[in-house]
Amino acid sequence: MNKLLNYIWAGMILFSVFCAAVTGRMEPLSNAVLSGASGAVTLVLSMTGMMCAWTGLMKIADEGGLTLLLAKALNPLMRRLFPECKPGGPAVKAMCMNITANLLGLGNAATPLGIAAMQELKKNNPTQTADNSMVTFVVLNTASIQLIPTTLGILRAQYGSAAPFEILPAVWVTSVCSVIVGLTAAKLMEGLLRG
Amino acid sequence: MDKLGVFVMPAVVLCIVLFGFLRKVPVFDTFVAGAKEGLRSTVSILPSLIGLIMAVSMLSASGALDLLSSFLAPVASLIGLPKQAMPLALIRPVSGSGSTAVLTQIFYDCGPDSFVGRVASVMSGSTETTFYAIAVYFGAVGIKKTRHTIPAALTADLTVCIVSALAVRLFFT
Repeated sequence: MNKLLNYIWAGMILFSVFCAAVTGRMEPLSNAVLSGASGAVTLVLSMTGMMCAWTGLMKIADEGGLTLLLAKALNPLMRRLFPECKPGGPAVKAMCMNITANLLGLGNAATPLGIAAMQELKKNNPTQTADNSMVTFVVLNTASIQLIPTTLGILRAQYGSAAPFEILPAVWVTSVCSVIVGLTAAKLMEGLLRG
Repeated sequence: MDKLGVFVMPAVVLCIVLFGFLRKVPVFDTFVAGAKEGLRSTVSILPSLIGLIMAVSMLSASGALDLLSSFLAPVASLIGLPKQAMPLALIRPVSGSGSTAVLTQIFYDCGPDSFVGRVASVMSGSTETTFYAIAVYFGAVGIKKTRHTIPAALTADLTVCIVSALAVRLFFT
Protein backbone atom coordinates (compact mmCIF):
# COMPACT_ATOMS: atom_id res chain seq x y z
CA MET A 1 0.00 0.00 0.00
CA ASN A 2 2.94 2.31 0.62
CA LYS A 3 3.80 1.86 -3.04
CA LEU A 4 0.47 3.43 -3.98
CA LEU A 5 1.24 6.46 -1.85
CA ASN A 6 4.45 7.02 -3.80
CA TYR A 7 2.42 7.36 -7.00
CA ILE A 8 -0.21 9.55 -5.35
CA TRP A 9 2.38 11.90 -3.86
CA ALA A 10 4.32 12.23 -7.10
CA GLY A 11 1.02 12.70 -8.95
CA MET A 12 -0.05 15.49 -6.59
CA ILE A 13 3.18 17.40 -7.14
CA LEU A 14 3.32 16.90 -10.92
CA PHE A 15 -0.33 17.88 -11.31
CA SER A 16 0.16 21.00 -9.15
CA VAL A 17 3.11 22.23 -11.18
CA PHE A 18 1.27 21.51 -14.43
CA CYS A 19 -1.85 23.40 -13.26
CA ALA A 20 0.18 26.33 -11.99
CA ALA A 21 2.06 26.52 -15.30
CA VAL A 22 -1.18 26.53 -17.31
CA THR A 23 -3.02 29.05 -15.12
CA GLY A 24 0.02 31.23 -14.40
CA ARG A 25 0.09 30.65 -10.65
CA MET A 26 3.78 29.86 -10.28
CA GLU A 27 4.33 32.46 -7.57
CA PRO A 28 1.63 31.22 -5.17
CA LEU A 29 2.83 27.68 -5.91
CA SER A 30 6.41 28.46 -4.96
CA ASN A 31 5.16 30.11 -1.76
CA ALA A 32 3.05 27.02 -1.04
CA VAL A 33 6.09 24.74 -1.12
CA LEU A 34 7.73 26.73 1.65
CA SER A 35 4.65 27.56 3.70
CA GLY A 36 3.27 24.02 3.42
CA ALA A 37 6.40 22.43 4.80
CA SER A 38 6.85 24.89 7.63
CA GLY A 39 3.11 24.93 8.31
CA ALA A 40 3.20 21.18 8.95
CA VAL A 41 5.85 21.66 11.63
CA THR A 42 3.93 24.51 13.27
CA LEU A 43 0.76 22.43 13.24
CA VAL A 44 2.35 19.35 14.78
CA LEU A 45 4.23 21.37 17.40
CA SER A 46 1.10 23.24 18.45
CA MET A 47 -0.85 19.95 18.67
CA THR A 48 1.81 18.10 20.63
CA GLY A 49 0.78 19.35 24.08
CA MET A 50 -2.81 18.23 23.72
CA MET A 51 -1.84 14.94 22.07
CA CYS A 52 0.51 14.10 24.96
CA ALA A 53 -2.06 15.11 27.58
CA TRP A 54 -4.51 12.73 25.96
CA THR A 55 -2.15 9.76 25.65
CA GLY A 56 -1.18 10.39 29.29
CA LEU A 57 -4.82 10.25 30.40
CA MET A 58 -5.48 7.12 28.38
CA LYS A 59 -2.45 5.45 29.94
CA ILE A 60 -4.05 6.05 33.37
CA ALA A 61 -7.30 4.45 32.18
CA ASP A 62 -5.40 1.52 30.70
CA GLU A 63 -3.28 0.90 33.84
CA GLY A 64 -6.44 1.10 35.94
CA GLY A 65 -7.76 -1.90 34.01
CA LEU A 66 -10.36 -0.12 31.85
CA THR A 67 -9.29 -2.01 28.73
CA LEU A 68 -9.71 -5.39 30.47
CA LEU A 69 -13.10 -4.41 31.92
CA LEU A 70 -14.45 -3.27 28.55
CA ALA A 71 -13.01 -6.32 26.79
CA LYS A 72 -15.02 -8.57 29.12
CA ALA A 73 -18.19 -6.57 28.43
CA LEU A 74 -17.72 -7.27 24.71
CA ASN A 75 -17.89 -11.06 25.04
CA PRO A 76 -21.62 -11.53 24.24
CA LEU A 77 -21.26 -9.42 21.10
CA MET A 78 -18.23 -11.45 20.00
CA ARG A 79 -20.26 -14.66 19.91
CA ARG A 80 -22.56 -13.17 17.29
CA LEU A 81 -19.81 -11.58 15.22
CA PHE A 82 -17.47 -14.56 15.24
CA PRO A 83 -19.60 -17.71 15.39
CA GLU A 84 -16.69 -19.80 14.05
CA CYS A 85 -14.48 -18.96 17.05
CA LYS A 86 -14.49 -20.72 20.40
CA PRO A 87 -16.14 -18.38 22.95
CA GLY A 88 -13.56 -17.15 25.44
CA GLY A 89 -10.71 -18.72 23.43
CA PRO A 90 -7.37 -16.95 22.87
CA ALA A 91 -8.45 -15.58 19.47
CA VAL A 92 -11.62 -14.02 20.92
CA LYS A 93 -9.65 -12.59 23.85
CA ALA A 94 -7.09 -10.96 21.58
CA MET A 95 -9.83 -9.56 19.31
CA CYS A 96 -11.68 -8.13 22.35
CA MET A 97 -8.53 -6.34 23.49
CA ASN A 98 -7.96 -4.92 20.01
CA ILE A 99 -11.57 -3.70 19.71
CA THR A 100 -11.42 -2.08 23.15
CA ALA A 101 -8.13 -0.36 22.34
CA ASN A 102 -9.77 0.96 19.15
CA LEU A 103 -12.81 2.20 21.08
CA LEU A 104 -10.52 4.08 23.46
CA GLY A 105 -8.41 5.44 20.61
CA LEU A 106 -5.23 3.67 21.77
CA GLY A 107 -3.92 3.39 18.22
CA ASN A 108 -0.39 2.38 19.27
CA ALA A 109 -1.74 -0.50 21.34
CA ALA A 110 -4.51 -1.55 18.95
CA THR A 111 -2.28 -2.55 16.03
CA PRO A 112 -0.04 -5.08 17.90
CA LEU A 113 -3.13 -6.48 19.65
CA GLY A 114 -4.85 -6.84 16.29
CA ILE A 115 -1.84 -8.62 14.79
CA ALA A 116 -1.81 -10.96 17.81
CA ALA A 117 -5.49 -11.67 17.17
CA MET A 118 -4.79 -12.42 13.50
CA GLN A 119 -2.00 -14.83 14.52
CA GLU A 120 -4.46 -16.64 16.80
CA LEU A 121 -6.99 -16.87 13.96
CA LYS A 122 -4.25 -18.11 11.60
CA LYS A 123 -3.66 -21.14 13.86
CA ASN A 124 -6.99 -22.56 12.67
CA ASN A 125 -6.35 -21.67 9.05
CA PRO A 126 -3.28 -23.18 7.34
CA THR A 127 -4.18 -21.72 3.91
CA GLN A 128 -3.30 -18.34 2.36
CA THR A 129 -6.99 -17.46 2.01
CA ALA A 130 -8.77 -15.36 4.61
CA ASP A 131 -11.57 -17.08 6.54
CA ASN A 132 -14.84 -15.41 7.55
CA SER A 133 -13.63 -14.48 11.05
CA MET A 134 -10.52 -12.80 9.65
CA VAL A 135 -12.52 -10.79 7.14
CA THR A 136 -15.05 -9.64 9.75
CA PHE A 137 -12.25 -8.70 12.14
CA VAL A 138 -10.28 -6.72 9.54
CA VAL A 139 -13.42 -4.98 8.24
CA LEU A 140 -14.12 -3.91 11.83
CA ASN A 141 -10.60 -2.49 11.99
CA THR A 142 -11.02 -0.54 8.74
CA ALA A 143 -13.99 1.30 10.24
CA SER A 144 -13.35 3.85 12.97
CA ILE A 145 -15.01 2.91 16.24
CA GLN A 146 -13.03 5.41 18.32
CA LEU A 147 -15.38 6.94 20.92
CA ILE A 148 -13.50 10.24 21.13
CA PRO A 149 -11.55 11.12 17.98
CA THR A 150 -9.01 13.24 19.85
CA THR A 151 -6.70 14.15 16.99
CA LEU A 152 -9.70 15.44 15.06
CA GLY A 153 -10.84 17.57 18.01
CA ILE A 154 -7.36 18.99 18.48
CA LEU A 155 -7.08 19.81 14.76
CA ARG A 156 -10.46 21.57 14.88
CA ALA A 157 -9.32 23.57 17.91
CA GLN A 158 -6.10 24.54 16.10
CA TYR A 159 -8.11 25.99 13.22
CA GLY A 160 -10.27 28.08 15.55
CA SER A 161 -13.39 25.98 16.04
CA ALA A 162 -15.70 27.51 18.65
CA ALA A 163 -16.57 24.05 19.99
CA PRO A 164 -14.12 21.44 18.64
CA PHE A 165 -15.98 18.45 20.08
CA GLU A 166 -19.51 19.49 19.09
CA ILE A 167 -19.27 17.14 16.10
CA LEU A 168 -19.09 14.06 18.38
CA PRO A 169 -22.80 13.09 18.20
CA ALA A 170 -22.68 13.31 14.39
CA VAL A 171 -19.47 11.23 14.36
CA TRP A 172 -21.05 8.56 16.57
CA VAL A 173 -24.17 8.27 14.41
CA THR A 174 -22.03 8.04 11.26
CA SER A 175 -19.61 5.50 12.80
CA VAL A 176 -22.43 3.25 14.00
CA CYS A 177 -24.06 3.31 10.54
CA SER A 178 -20.77 2.52 8.82
CA VAL A 179 -19.89 -0.35 11.19
CA ILE A 180 -23.35 -1.89 10.81
CA VAL A 181 -23.23 -1.61 7.02
CA GLY A 182 -19.64 -2.91 6.87
CA LEU A 183 -20.34 -5.95 9.05
CA THR A 184 -23.61 -6.71 7.27
CA ALA A 185 -21.87 -6.43 3.90
CA ALA A 186 -19.14 -8.79 5.14
CA LYS A 187 -21.73 -11.35 6.29
CA LEU A 188 -23.76 -11.09 3.08
CA MET A 189 -20.70 -11.46 0.85
CA GLU A 190 -19.38 -14.51 2.72
CA GLY A 191 -21.05 -16.90 0.30
CA LEU A 192 -20.12 -14.92 -2.81
CA LEU A 193 -16.34 -14.99 -2.60
CA ARG A 194 -15.01 -18.30 -1.46
CA GLY A 195 -11.46 -17.57 -2.58
CA MET B 1 -28.32 18.92 20.75
CA ASP B 2 -25.07 20.49 19.57
CA LYS B 3 -24.29 21.50 23.16
CA LEU B 4 -23.95 17.84 24.12
CA GLY B 5 -20.47 17.52 22.67
CA VAL B 6 -19.15 20.35 24.88
CA PHE B 7 -19.64 18.31 28.06
CA VAL B 8 -17.94 15.18 26.81
CA MET B 9 -14.33 16.30 27.23
CA PRO B 10 -14.38 17.54 30.88
CA ALA B 11 -16.48 14.54 31.91
CA VAL B 12 -14.04 12.11 30.30
CA VAL B 13 -11.00 13.74 31.93
CA LEU B 14 -12.66 13.69 35.35
CA CYS B 15 -13.78 10.07 35.01
CA ILE B 16 -10.35 8.84 33.90
CA VAL B 17 -8.42 10.52 36.70
CA LEU B 18 -10.96 9.44 39.32
CA PHE B 19 -11.03 5.88 37.95
CA GLY B 20 -7.23 5.64 38.03
CA PHE B 21 -7.05 7.14 41.50
CA LEU B 22 -9.65 4.74 42.92
CA ARG B 23 -7.84 1.79 41.33
CA LYS B 24 -4.62 2.89 43.06
CA VAL B 25 -2.80 3.77 39.83
CA PRO B 26 0.11 6.20 40.42
CA VAL B 27 -1.81 8.72 38.33
CA PHE B 28 0.82 11.37 37.71
CA ASP B 29 3.68 8.94 36.98
CA THR B 30 1.42 7.03 34.61
CA PHE B 31 0.30 10.25 32.93
CA VAL B 32 3.93 11.21 32.31
CA ALA B 33 4.74 7.78 30.90
CA GLY B 34 1.74 8.00 28.56
CA ALA B 35 2.60 11.54 27.49
CA LYS B 36 6.10 10.32 26.60
CA GLU B 37 4.58 7.71 24.26
CA GLY B 38 2.37 10.40 22.76
CA LEU B 39 5.38 12.62 22.14
CA ARG B 40 7.19 9.80 20.39
CA SER B 41 4.29 9.04 18.06
CA THR B 42 3.65 12.73 17.32
CA VAL B 43 7.28 13.17 16.31
CA SER B 44 7.17 10.02 14.20
CA ILE B 45 4.25 11.27 12.05
CA LEU B 46 5.93 14.63 11.40
CA PRO B 47 8.05 13.68 8.34
CA SER B 48 5.15 12.17 6.38
CA LEU B 49 2.92 15.10 7.36
CA ILE B 50 5.50 17.60 6.09
CA GLY B 51 5.60 15.84 2.72
CA LEU B 52 1.85 15.52 2.39
CA ILE B 53 0.88 18.97 3.70
CA MET B 54 3.42 20.42 1.29
CA ALA B 55 1.85 18.47 -1.60
CA VAL B 56 -1.70 19.46 -0.62
CA SER B 57 -0.69 23.14 -0.24
CA MET B 58 0.75 22.94 -3.74
CA LEU B 59 -2.45 21.38 -5.07
CA SER B 60 -4.43 24.16 -3.44
CA ALA B 61 -2.21 27.06 -4.53
CA SER B 62 -2.05 25.89 -8.14
CA GLY B 63 -5.81 25.66 -8.38
CA ALA B 64 -5.57 21.91 -8.95
CA LEU B 65 -7.61 21.14 -5.82
CA ASP B 66 -10.50 23.33 -7.06
CA LEU B 67 -10.25 21.71 -10.47
CA LEU B 68 -10.38 18.24 -8.92
CA SER B 69 -13.35 19.20 -6.71
CA SER B 70 -15.27 20.64 -9.68
CA PHE B 71 -14.46 17.59 -11.77
CA LEU B 72 -15.84 15.34 -9.02
CA ALA B 73 -18.83 17.58 -8.27
CA PRO B 74 -21.34 15.31 -10.12
CA VAL B 75 -20.27 12.33 -7.99
CA ALA B 76 -20.40 14.50 -4.86
CA SER B 77 -23.94 15.66 -5.54
CA LEU B 78 -24.97 12.08 -6.27
CA ILE B 79 -24.01 10.99 -2.75
CA GLY B 80 -24.97 14.31 -1.13
CA LEU B 81 -21.45 15.47 -0.23
CA PRO B 82 -20.24 19.07 -0.60
CA LYS B 83 -17.80 19.03 -3.53
CA GLN B 84 -14.91 20.39 -1.42
CA ALA B 85 -15.05 17.21 0.66
CA MET B 86 -14.51 14.90 -2.34
CA PRO B 87 -10.68 14.99 -2.31
CA LEU B 88 -10.86 13.91 1.35
CA ALA B 89 -13.16 11.00 0.48
CA LEU B 90 -10.61 9.85 -2.11
CA ILE B 91 -7.49 9.97 0.03
CA ARG B 92 -9.00 8.89 3.37
CA PRO B 93 -8.86 5.09 2.76
CA VAL B 94 -5.30 5.29 1.43
CA SER B 95 -3.31 7.57 3.72
CA GLY B 96 -3.82 8.84 7.26
CA SER B 97 -1.32 11.70 6.99
CA GLY B 98 -2.63 12.55 3.53
CA SER B 99 -6.17 12.91 4.83
CA THR B 100 -4.93 15.05 7.73
CA ALA B 101 -3.27 17.29 5.14
CA VAL B 102 -6.47 17.55 3.06
CA LEU B 103 -8.60 18.08 6.19
CA THR B 104 -6.43 20.97 7.42
CA GLN B 105 -6.61 22.52 3.94
CA ILE B 106 -10.44 22.36 4.15
CA PHE B 107 -10.34 23.91 7.64
CA TYR B 108 -8.05 26.65 6.33
CA ASP B 109 -10.22 27.39 3.27
CA CYS B 110 -13.73 27.04 4.76
CA GLY B 111 -13.28 27.00 8.57
CA PRO B 112 -13.89 24.02 10.89
CA ASP B 113 -17.37 25.26 11.89
CA SER B 114 -18.66 25.69 8.32
CA PHE B 115 -20.91 23.03 6.80
CA VAL B 116 -18.04 21.69 4.68
CA GLY B 117 -15.70 21.79 7.70
CA ARG B 118 -18.14 19.81 9.81
CA VAL B 119 -18.85 17.22 7.13
CA ALA B 120 -15.10 16.79 6.57
CA SER B 121 -14.64 16.41 10.35
CA VAL B 122 -17.30 13.72 10.59
CA MET B 123 -15.81 11.89 7.60
CA SER B 124 -12.37 11.88 9.20
CA GLY B 125 -13.69 10.84 12.59
CA SER B 126 -15.79 7.96 11.27
CA THR B 127 -13.28 6.24 8.98
CA GLU B 128 -9.91 4.59 9.25
CA THR B 129 -7.10 4.20 6.74
CA THR B 130 -8.83 1.19 5.17
CA PHE B 131 -6.10 -0.09 2.82
CA TYR B 132 -3.40 0.39 5.42
CA ALA B 133 -5.31 -1.72 7.98
CA ILE B 134 -5.96 -4.46 5.39
CA ALA B 135 -2.29 -4.51 4.35
CA VAL B 136 -1.00 -4.59 7.94
CA TYR B 137 -3.30 -7.28 9.32
CA PHE B 138 -3.29 -9.70 6.39
CA GLY B 139 0.36 -9.01 5.68
CA ALA B 140 1.30 -9.92 9.26
CA VAL B 141 -0.01 -13.48 8.91
CA GLY B 142 0.77 -14.11 5.24
CA ILE B 143 -2.79 -14.13 3.90
CA LYS B 144 -2.75 -13.53 0.12
CA LYS B 145 -6.44 -13.86 -0.78
CA THR B 146 -8.52 -11.37 1.20
CA ARG B 147 -11.83 -12.47 -0.42
CA HIS B 148 -14.62 -9.97 0.36
CA THR B 149 -12.61 -7.76 2.76
CA ILE B 150 -12.03 -4.85 0.36
CA PRO B 151 -15.60 -4.69 -1.05
CA ALA B 152 -17.10 -4.86 2.47
CA ALA B 153 -14.69 -2.26 3.88
CA LEU B 154 -15.29 0.11 0.95
CA THR B 155 -19.07 -0.29 1.37
CA ALA B 156 -18.60 0.94 4.94
CA ASP B 157 -16.48 3.88 3.71
CA LEU B 158 -19.13 4.81 1.14
CA THR B 159 -21.74 4.72 3.91
CA VAL B 160 -19.66 7.27 5.83
CA CYS B 161 -19.60 9.57 2.78
CA ILE B 162 -23.38 9.41 2.47
CA VAL B 163 -24.28 9.55 6.17
CA SER B 164 -21.80 12.26 7.26
CA ALA B 165 -23.55 15.05 5.35
CA LEU B 166 -26.96 13.83 6.58
CA ALA B 167 -25.74 13.64 10.20
CA VAL B 168 -24.32 17.17 10.05
CA ARG B 169 -27.64 18.45 8.70
CA LEU B 170 -29.45 16.57 11.48
CA PHE B 171 -27.33 17.86 14.38
CA PHE B 172 -26.66 21.40 13.14
CA THR B 173 -29.72 23.11 11.75
